[in-house]
Formats: sequence, structure tokens, C-alpha cells
Amino acid sequence: METVIKTSTIKDKLIFEFETSKLFLFGDTQLRDQAMESFYKQGIPTRKHEEYKYIRMDLMLKGEFDFSVNKNCNDAQIESLKFLKEAYVVIIENGIFIEGSSNLQNLPKGLTICSLVDAEKSNSPVFEKHYAKYADVKADPFIALNTAMTKDGVFIHIAKNVIIEKPIHVIHISTAFENTIIHPRNLIVVDENAQAKIIESFETVDSTAKIFSNALTEIVINKNAIVDHYKIQDEKELGYLVNTTQVIQQKQSVFSTHTFTLSGSLVRNNLTLVLDDEHIESHLNGLYLTAGNQVVDNHTVVDHRKPNCNSNELYKGVIEGKSTATFNGKIFVRKDAQKTNAFQSNKNILLSQAGTINTKPQLEIYADDVKCSHGSTTGKLDQEKIFYLRARGIGVINAKKLLMHAFASEVVNTIKIEALREYIEERISKTFE
Amino acid sequence: MLSIKNLHASIDGKEILKGINLEIKLGEVHAIMGPNGSGKSTLAAVLAGRSEYDVTAGEVIYNGINLLELEAEDRAREGVFLAFQYPIEIPGVSNINFLKTAIGEIRAYKGLDPMNAKDFLMMMKEKQKLVEIDRALINRSINEGFSGGEKKRNEIFQMAMLEPKLSILDETDSGLDIDALRIVANGVNKLKSKENATIIITHYQRLLDYIIPDFVHILYNGKIVKSGLKELALELEEKGYDFIKEVVEA
Repeated sequence: METVIKTSTIKDKLIFEFETSKLFLFGDTQLRDQAMESFYKQGIPTRKHEEYKYIRMDLMLKGEFDFSVNKNCNDAQIESLKFLKEAYVVIIENGIFIEGSSNLQNLPKGLTICSLVDAEKSNSPVFEKHYAKYADVKADPFIALNTAMTKDGVFIHIAKNVIIEKPIHVIHISTAFENTIIHPRNLIVVDENAQAKIIESFETVDSTAKIFSNALTEIVINKNAIVDHYKIQDEKELGYLVNTTQVIQQKQSVFSTHTFTLSGSLVRNNLTLVLDDEHIESHLNGLYLTAGNQVVDNHTVVDHRKPNCNSNELYKGVIEGKSTATFNGKIFVRKDAQKTNAFQSNKNILLSQAGTINTKPQLEIYADDVKCSHGSTTGKLDQEKIFYLRARGIGVINAKKLLMHAFASEVVNTIKIEALREYIEERISKTFE
Repeated sequence: MLSIKNLHASIDGKEILKGINLEIKLGEVHAIMGPNGSGKSTLAAVLAGRSEYDVTAGEVIYNGINLLELEAEDRAREGVFLAFQYPIEIPGVSNINFLKTAIGEIRAYKGLDPMNAKDFLMMMKEKQKLVEIDRALINRSINEGFSGGEKKRNEIFQMAMLEPKLSILDETDSGLDIDALRIVANGVNKLKSKENATIIITHYQRLLDYIIPDFVHILYNGKIVKSGLKELALELEEKGYDFIKEVVEA
């Protein structure tokens, strides 16, 4: 590939960085080269790109960006982010797995947690079988970019028949003095009849510059496995996050995923579930609370490829200020996928005149014996409800808070880890102050 | 305790109340009857502080304060309670959390310490028995999936919990079968005391067989056209609302 430095667009800079820092990048050279080639063809999406119509990635990526880590957190800062007391904690700082800050002592038998770099070094057959096999570099420029430029991340493997009771908490910390782009990458493999609860949280700490995190997680859920997955996105004003989650589900597996977007200047979620066999169950829940100039964009794809599967999707949002929220939910029901049940719902509350909601359900159904439905609503806080509460002595501010909590509770109540639910409830209360 | 003088109110420029005068003393029960569209519910809404209505003239003095100057929540904190004709459902807000918040704010307004959890639960239990409402209903979200009768009973339960000085029951009898009506009336009677007063707004006389009013007022075309003792309700029931027209035209 040719290296072009004549203009200073972000695309050119990324390509230049790729060429000059090859020694520090992770993964098979051929795989990376192909991925970069694919990124080169796709480029940074502009508003002309159908899938990125409502989120100006090109504008977000204007200006100077650094590609190497220029700052680290201290121990106290890292400890403050460990909000679950009972958990196996993985620290990923600026895209690099930090074993010393993680809490991975006494891992139970059947649970492997290590850096991508170590997984590759140890020639783990599970790693080799699954790494970069699901997120298609041709499907999205950020998948291509991540595959080409990632340096590290976490590899989690749960062996056959093993049940991991304690949650696994992967904390992605971003911190920077200079505008930085990072590409953390994770691989989670849950073997047959195994069970796990996995939380990925995204935070920025003590930063003075923008951090653009292009994070990607692949999750492989084998036959009869049950996985409960959470994303807590809380990167504050300097955080810019593109978060791709690519999931493959095998026969009779159950996957529940929950995306909570609480802050961040820009959050783009690309969540794709492939239901690749029969009798699979999938739950997708999401809650986004946007304010200020935030842009939050949830793109989900549920791909029903085989018969007798159920998927259920519920995304809710509260939009304040000049923020923009987008929900785009695609459901594919392939020709083979008879007896599919697929449901989708997106509900929004718009609290300000200047806020924007784009909601777009897309169902593509090629089988004839299926039950599918979708719906979306956008409304204001119900004045009748506010009056009812006021008529009992509750002031306007508390009345609104109660109603926003009530709205969010439908999603919050799907959290099965009690300590996490409490954390989220408290965090939401602060947002509604 | 309540003195309404020459109250005029309109909505969207249309005058509904055209000069209401009413005096209520502590310990009294007043029934306000009238045909549909006479302004009964408007009167309740104006007293409770619904902002859609414009008060164009008159005054309402409640325990020495100008009620019309207060926000809806402050009226509630001062002890005014409206039992809604159509109580609304609020999924996701539990009755318990709702009442806890309401009592907390009312006590803070009065400068009282917050009620402790144990006392609150004891009070709930006691009032729940008093108004004969199922414990399971209280544990649910506000009115979510309640039948019409259950919603009305929940209004009376809230009234019991908040211990208002002036209760306004807006067509609390509508949609209730006779058994539910007896239970609701029974609850209201138990809550009645020398320290409070009740306004019962109704279209029919039947509720007044169970809650005996001290005074009955007939509202017609935005004005109280006739006031009397409880016998007036019976007379009205017997002669029908056409009888009012004769009164007005006479």
C-alpha cells in the first residue's frame, strides 16, 4: 500500500501511522494489511454514508490526534472506577491490558483472562480459532481500522460446563493530555454449557484532551451457554467512543446484553447479533440519557439465520439540551428462519425543544411463518402525571424525577446483578438532578 | 375554613364558573350536585390548582390564606386534597415510593422532621385496613392495571395517608358498583372529623345515602342556584334536573 502524507486528513494520518508503527501493532500481518486496505477503501464515513447519516464522524475526527499513549492514571484513580466489590476486574488503560492494576488472583478453574498479546504468545488454540473471525472488516470502516491498528485488549475464555458466578468487570480507562485515538480490542469465548456475566465499562479519567476510542469486542457463545453482558458508557465530555460489539450465538444459547449510555460527547454503538442455529434466545436492552451537545447513536442488528429463535429488543432514551439521539434497529429474518419471534421497541422522552431524536426500525423478513413486531414512540413528560403528583404535595422537580426514573426503570430492572443495578440507579439519579 | 366569593373561571376563553359563593366550616360535609357541564369538575380543578383554568374574578380564602396564589403542590401541602374523577396510571412509580415522597415533601414544607421508615410502614398498614384496600395493590405501581373501583379506593387510601384538612371528592362514585361504593363511603366516613371538611361532587344522590351531607348545593350553569339541607338531594333525585331549570327561571 502506498503511503500518502501530502494532505493531513485523519484518514491519511491513520494510514501513515499504520505504516510507521507496524512493530507495535497486534495481530497477524496479513490480517492487518487486509483490514487497512479495507479501511482505505471505505474511509471515515461522512453524512453521505447511509449508516452514519446522523453522526458526523468526519467532523468529530477533525483536528490533531496522537496515536501513542501520552498519559497514565495513578492507582487511586484506577481503584475509584472499580464500582463492583465482588468481581474479577480487568483494567485496560488506553487500550492496553494492565495486569498489575487488575484483580485476577485465584481465578477459578476453567476461566482464562489475559491480554491479547499473551493469548497470541501462548498459541492458545481457542484464541487462534476465534480471533477476528466475526467482525467483518468490509462491513464497517471502524471494524477495519480496529483490526488493522489495535495494540491490545483482553481475551476471556470460559471452558465447557464452567459456571462463573462472580461478574467479570472489564474497565476501559481513557486518559490523555493530547488528543488521542485508541483501538482496544477484546475477545470473549464462552464454551458449551458454560455461563458468565460480563460488564464492560468505559470511563475517562483526569484528561485535558479528547480521546477517541474505537473499541471492538467479539463474543462467541457456544451451544447451551448463557451470557449476561453489560456496557456502561460514562466517558464524560472528553470521551468519543465508537463501540462495536459482534456476537455469534450457537444452538440453544441465551444472550442478554444491556447498553447504558450515561455520558460522553459522542457514542456510537454498533451491536450485531448473529443467531446461527436453532432455539436461541437473545435480549437487547438499552438506555441512553443525553444532554448538552451529546450525540448518541445506537445501531443494532439481529440476524435470525435459523428457525425457532426468539429475540426481544427494548431501547429507551431521555433527551435533553441540544443533544441528538439515534436508534436504528435492524432485524433480518432469513429464508430458513421459520418460527422466528422477533420484537423491537424504542421509546423516547424529549425534554427540550432543541433536542433531536432519529428512530428507524428496519425489518427485513424473508421467511413466511414468523412473528415480528416493532414500534417506536417519542413524547414529552406527561403533564397529567406531573399534575397528579403535584396534587399530592410533590414539587415539580421531584415529580419529573420520579417520572424519569419510572421511564428508565423498565430497562434498569433488566439488570440481574444487584450491585450493578444499584450503581446504575444511583448514577441515573445524579443525571436527573 | 373555606370561603369562596364570586369565583369566576374560564378555560380557552370560555367562562365555566360564573360567580360561585360558598362557605364551609370545619367538620362539615358539603355536597355539590348538578347536571353534566354545570361546572362541578371545573370547581374541583380550580381549587386543586390546575393551571389550564383562568380565574377571572373572585377569591378563595382557605384557613386565612389566598388559595389561588399557591401552586398546586403547596395547596396539597396546606391540606387540600382532590380525589380525582379519573385517577391516572403511572407505571414505574410504586405507590409506596410515591406516598413516601409526598409525605416527605409535606413534612419538609411544615418544617417537620422526616418520618422514619418504621412509622411510615405502620401508618400504611393502619390506613390500608381503614379503607379496606388490598396490600398487593399498594405494592404495585400507581394505579397500573387497577380496575375503576380499585383506582377510586386508592384515592381514598392516599387521602387517608395524607390526612388533609379539606377533601374534595370529584365524582368518586362514578363507575362504582354498590359494594365498592359502600367501601369507599365507609372509608370517607371514618376519615371525617371535627378537624376537617369534605366537599362531595356528584351527579347522583346515591352516594349521599352513605355519606350524609350537612349541606347540599345545586350547581347549574356555573352558579350555585339553590342550597339546602340533605333533603334537597332527595328532592332533586325525585324531580330530576329539569326541576333546576324551573328554579332558575322562576
